[in-house]
Amino acid sequence: MNRIQNKLQEDKKLLSIYFTAGYPNLDDTINIIQELEKNGVDMIEIGLPFSDPLADGPTIQASSTKALKNGMTSEVLFNQLKDIRKTVNIPLIIMGYFNPILQYGVEAFCKKCQEVGIDGLIIPDLPVDVYHDDYKSTFETYGLINVFLITPQTSDERIQFIDSVSNGFIYMVSSASVTGSQSGFGDENTRYFKRIANMNLQNPQIIGFGISDSKTFTQATEYAQGAIIGSAFIKFLSDHPIDKISKFVTSIR
Amino acid sequence: MNYNVNEKGYYGEFGGAFIPEMLYPNVEELRQKYLSVMAEPDFIKEFNQLLKDYVGRPSPLYYAKRLSKKYNTKIYLKREDLNHTGAHKINNTIGQILMAKRLGKTRIIAETGAGQHGVATATVCALMGLECIVYMGEIDIARQAPNVARMKMLGAKVVPALSGSRTLKDATNEAIRDWINNPVNTHYIIGSAIGPHPYPDMVTRFQSVISEEIKWQLKEQEGTENPDYVVACIGGGSNAAGTYYHFLHEQDVKIIAVEAAGLGVDSGESAATSVLGKEGIIHGCKTLLMQTKDGQITEPYSISAGLDYPGVGPMHAHLAKTGRAEFMAITDDEAMTAGLELCQLEGIIPAIETSHALAIFEQRTFKPDDVIVVSLSGRGDKDLDTYIKYFKL
Repeated sequence: MNRIQNKLQEDKKLLSIYFTAGYPNLDDTINIIQELEKNGVDMIEIGLPFSDPLADGPTIQASSTKALKNGMTSEVLFNQLKDIRKTVNIPLIIMGYFNPILQYGVEAFCKKCQEVGIDGLIIPDLPVDVYHDDYKSTFETYGLINVFLITPQTSDERIQFIDSVSNGFIYMVSSASVTGSQSGFGDENTRYFKRIANMNLQNPQIIGFGISDSKTFTQATEYAQGAIIGSAFIKFLSDHPIDKISKFVTSIR
Repeated sequence: MNYNVNEKGYYGEFGGAFIPEMLYPNVEELRQKYLSVMAEPDFIKEFNQLLKDYVGRPSPLYYAKRLSKKYNTKIYLKREDLNHTGAHKINNTIGQILMAKRLGKTRIIAETGAGQHGVATATVCALMGLECIVYMGEIDIARQAPNVARMKMLGAKVVPALSGSRTLKDATNEAIRDWINNPVNTHYIIGSAIGPHPYPDMVTRFQSVISEEIKWQLKEQEGTENPDYVVACIGGGSNAAGTYYHFLHEQDVKIIAVEAAGLGVDSGESAATSVLGKEGIIHGCKTLLMQTKDGQITEPYSISAGLDYPGVGPMHAHLAKTGRAEFMAITDDEAMTAGLELCQLEGIIPAIETSHALAIFEQRTFKPDDVIVVSLSGRGDKDLDTYIKYFKL
C-alpha cells in the first residue's frame, strides 16, 4: 500500500505543507523536508516551480520565479531527492504544472518519482478526463497516486466522477480563488465543506487554499480529514531560517 | 485531412483544454453552448448588424496596383485596418460580447499586449454597458500609453500585470487568475485564437468573416473565389485564422503564415514559434511554444507587440506540422522597410504586425498572374512612436 493511503487510515487530522523546491535557496529542499517531518507534519507537497503558475497567487509565483532563477529543474529536484527515503518516512507528493512534466516525458517522470520514493502527484492543469484516457495506467504502473482538485463550483456529478478516478484523497479547493488570497472562512465556505462531507465520497478530502493559521486549520479539518498550507508557509520561509520551522508548525496545531 | 477542430477540441494533436479544475465550469459551459448560441437567428442578426453598422464591414478588398507592379504579381489587400478601432480584433470582441450577454455574464475581463485587443474589448463593453477589466503587463503599459488612455476613456479599468516578465503572457496569466477568482459573473474575452477549447475555434469563427468576404469580393474583381495565396501575419494567430478559414480545405489555395523573426531566428531575440517552438502546454492548450528544455515558457521578442507571444494558436500549429501552411519568418528590419514601402506606394500606414506579412514580397518571387490576398490586419497609428524612432522621422 502507498504511503499516502496508509497515512489516510490514521485516525487524525492531517497537516500537509506545501513548499516550492529551490526556494529560498536551491539546496534547501532536503533540509525543509526533514525539518517538517521532525516537527510532526503528516504529508509534504514539493512544488516543482513553473514559469507560469496559473492557479497560484503572488506568493507562490514569486517563490517559483526565485526557485527557477536559483536553477531548479526536474532533473535537479530528482537528484536532490535521490536519498530522501533513507531519512524521511512521511508521504511526499510532487505538485507541479503539466508542461515541465510533459517535456521531461510523462512516463520518465513517473518512473523517476517511483525511484526516489515519491508517492503521488498533483498536476492542477492536467484535467481528470485527459488523465483518465491517457495517463492513468502509467501512473499506476509506477505506483503513483494522482490527486484531483474540486472547487465550490464543481458539480456533484463531476465530483462523483473525480471520486471514481481517485485512489488517494481529493484536494478540496476551499473557495473560488487562486492560492494565498483568502483570510478566514465564512458561511459560504462552511456550507460547501458540509455539502462535500455529506456526499460520503470513497476518497477522503483534504482542504487547501486559504489555510494559513491555527484557526483556519481547525475550521477546515472540522469537515475534512486534513488541510494543506502553502502560501503562509512560503511567507514564513521568506523571513525565517529553516531551523525555525518548528515555530511555524506548532503555531498551527 | 481535416484542418478544423474535432469534437474533442483538437486540431490533429494540438488544442484541448488543459485547465485547472477551477476554470472547468466556465469553459465547459462555453463549450456546450457556443455553437448553438452562434447558430441562433437572433445572434446572427445582431452580430451581422453590428459588424455592418458599427464596425463598418464589409472591409474593402483593395487591388494594390503600384505594389503589384513593383513585385510583378497581383496583390490584394484585405483592409481590416479600416475597421472601427483600427484592426481585425473588433470582429472577435463583438462576437464574444454578444456571447457573454447570452450566457448572462455581467463582468468582462481581457488580456492585452500592445493594447489593440484591450481597446476593442473596452469598446464593446462601453457599447453594451458592461464592466470591463483589462490586464496588461506593466512594461506594456509604459510603452503603449495612447492605448492605455483609450481604454480608460472607454471606461475600462486597466490593471497592471506585475508578475513574471510583465508582458502579454503574464497579462494572460493574470486574466486567468481573475477568472478563477470570479467564476460566476465573469466572461473572459480572449483576444487571439489561443486558450483552452472552445476559444481557438470560437475566435476563429468570429474572425472567419474576413475570408467569407474575400471570397465574394474576389469573385467580383477576379471572377474567381479562390486566390492562389492567402497571407497573414501570426502572433497568436486570430487574423490569420480568420483569413484562412474558408480556404483551409480549398487545395488550390496556398497558405502563407508570417511570423516575427525579431532580430533573426537564431539571434535569441525572436518570436518565430513554428521554428523555435516545441510541443507543450501554454494558457490551456497544447500547441507549439517557445520554452526551455525543462519546460519553462520563455520570453519572445519582436519589434511588434502584437506578434510578441511565445505560443501560436493550435490550429496554426497543426497547419505547420501538416505542411498545409508555409511558415516564413520576417525580421524587424525587413518588416519596417516593408511598412514604409506600403506608405509610399499605396498611401497606407500599416501596423507593424501587418508589415511582417508585406515583407514576404522581398523574400520570394510570385508569378505575374498569381493572385495573392494579404490580410492588412491593422493600421499603424498605434505604432507611430516605433516608426518615428526607427526611421528617425
